[in-house]
Amino acid sequence: MEALAACTVAVLVACGVYLLLRARTFSVVVGLSLLSYAVNLFLFFTGRLLASAPPLVGSGAGAEGAIADPLPQALVLTAIVIGFAMTAFVLILALRARGELGNDHVDGKGGR
Amino acid sequence: MMTHWLVVPLVLPLVAAMVNLLLGEREIGRQRLVSLVCASGLLVAAMVLLERAAGGGLTVYRLGNWPAPFGIVLVLDRLSGLLLTTTAVLALLSLLHAVNGDDARGHHFHVFFPIQLLGINGAFLTGDLFNLFVFFEVLLIASYCLSLHGGGPERVRASLRYVALNLIGSALFLLAVGALYGLTGTLNMADLGSKVAAAPVEQVALLRAGGLLLLVVFGLKAAILPLHPWLPPLYGSVLAPVAALFAVMTKVGVYGILRTVTLILPPQGAVGGAIAEVLPLLALLTLAAGGLGVLAAARLRTLIASLVVLSVGALLAGIGQFNAAGIAAALYYLPHTTLVAAGLFLLAEPITCQRGEVEDRFIPGPPLLQPTRLGLLFVLGAVAAAGLPPLSGFIGKLMLLRSVAPADGPWLWIVVLGASLLTLIALSRAGSRLFWGTAGTAGAAGTVGWRQLLPAALLLAASIGMTIAAAPISRYTEAAAHQLLAPQQYIDAVLGASATGGKP
Repeated sequence: MEALAACTVAVLVACGVYLLLRARTFSVVVGLSLLSYAVNLFLFFTGRLLASAPPLVGSGAGAEGAIADPLPQALVLTAIVIGFAMTAFVLILALRARGELGNDHVDGKGGR
Repeated sequence: MMTHWLVVPLVLPLVAAMVNLLLGEREIGRQRLVSLVCASGLLVAAMVLLERAAGGGLTVYRLGNWPAPFGIVLVLDRLSGLLLTTTAVLALLSLLHAVNGDDARGHHFHVFFPIQLLGINGAFLTGDLFNLFVFFEVLLIASYCLSLHGGGPERVRASLRYVALNLIGSALFLLAVGALYGLTGTLNMADLGSKVAAAPVEQVALLRAGGLLLLVVFGLKAAILPLHPWLPPLYGSVLAPVAALFAVMTKVGVYGILRTVTLILPPQGAVGGAIAEVLPLLALLTLAAGGLGVLAAARLRTLIASLVVLSVGALLAGIGQFNAAGIAAALYYLPHTTLVAAGLFLLAEPITCQRGEVEDRFIPGPPLLQPTRLGLLFVLGAVAAAGLPPLSGFIGKLMLLRSVAPADGPWLWIVVLGASLLTLIALSRAGSRLFWGTAGTAGAAGTVGWRQLLPAALLLAASIGMTIAAAPISRYTEAAAHQLLAPQQYIDAVLGASATGGKP
């Protein structure tokens, strides 16, 4: 299970980095999204991979069993919100750059 | 009651931004008033906090009064006090410059400006690593919008690169935070410090990877050598008051590095050793790159931006010594270089304006309308920035050179003095080209009164002030350096039961 999780993150990061290096604004935006998905998964996995473990500890039964760490889930939520906002912003910026610079190269210089 | 001052640098700009958002752009007069009141209030709060920090104790503010490793804390020590004050002075003077008309050249300036201050102040105060990430994002998104303020293809091009790079940086920051949290189970920086020191041997490699990732992220913000090419085009293209405020943004990265290497990953530990090894080398390379960048600049604003890169190298050279003298020198140099670079950015605007089509390029252009007053200010800024006696740049560099251990002496002496020489050459060339290399007749537009020049003059005069007050300031920075090198005090104050916690 751990190996599968690690491979998922690795594939996502690899695809993200590949797209980032394409240096066209659209692929950069998609690459950034993939990278942020990978990071969110990684953050989620830092709470360890546990199935059907409660995130809250009650005073009674279950206190001796495995407990899912709720903090990484909270961190992931924050990261998702921030990542969503940033993706929206960079999309608009990419469109504006396309309009102002007349091409979609991240250097704004055009050509290949 | 006293501890509540600690949230003022966060609450005040947030409220100001919200009020300005509600006022809307038609009420720009009132927006200016709100922003100026906010910046003045921040200065007062920073002075109060500075005086409190100077006493030597740490003030810990527990948000929601949750106990320390679980809740989020704000921590004030001498370092935060110094940086808050620098930011407040810079913000007030940049704003005074902006209200002369730059703020109306785009949308929502008075909303983003306070938000940017919120992010910077929060980053300096927070004692929680994830919170530091959040404040970084706050200051970054405000800086994305401010860097586009005024529009134009050049700004869009530089901003696009800046935004994409920083989004990658944010992803790396989260990876570092996740790795550290997964291993230690805490995000509180004081708690992280003690947990990392006690980490078992098999975790050291992963912790080191997390620490080095943090170094990459802070290095990107601070514009350390391989990660600096975004800075000169960005700072060279944004509006003057924005560039002036951005002068402190690289120092947020330097702050992150300083906090990491003193508190979380001290160089004595197995984990921090890796960072301690590379830091002095990176500092020297950044200094050299900044020096070459200054010499290669074809425009005044790019030149000043390269001075910012160079100053980061000088700061890291001080921090990389890992002794009290080196850190004290860096902390003395930090406000000096921030304020002087900001002053030069503000001064570059009237110079650019009066040269018409040629702008601030180093080619013959129409003569300046007010060569005397602009020239005097430029000389003051150039002397301060190049580190010539008698101004504070000289004192800072002297402290830096004296702090070096004899073993690593030669390299640092050569690079620091060489970079200073390059700066001196570049600034003299810039001055002679801009003020004497004239061709054609003067334009009509762009004369500035002393009122418009006042913020730039005050920022540059801060160097004179720091020279006169060199003794008390250097005493303060030495005390701050000793406080940073004894992180146990910080850890005890945050985690200990005897701490003076805020009771909201």
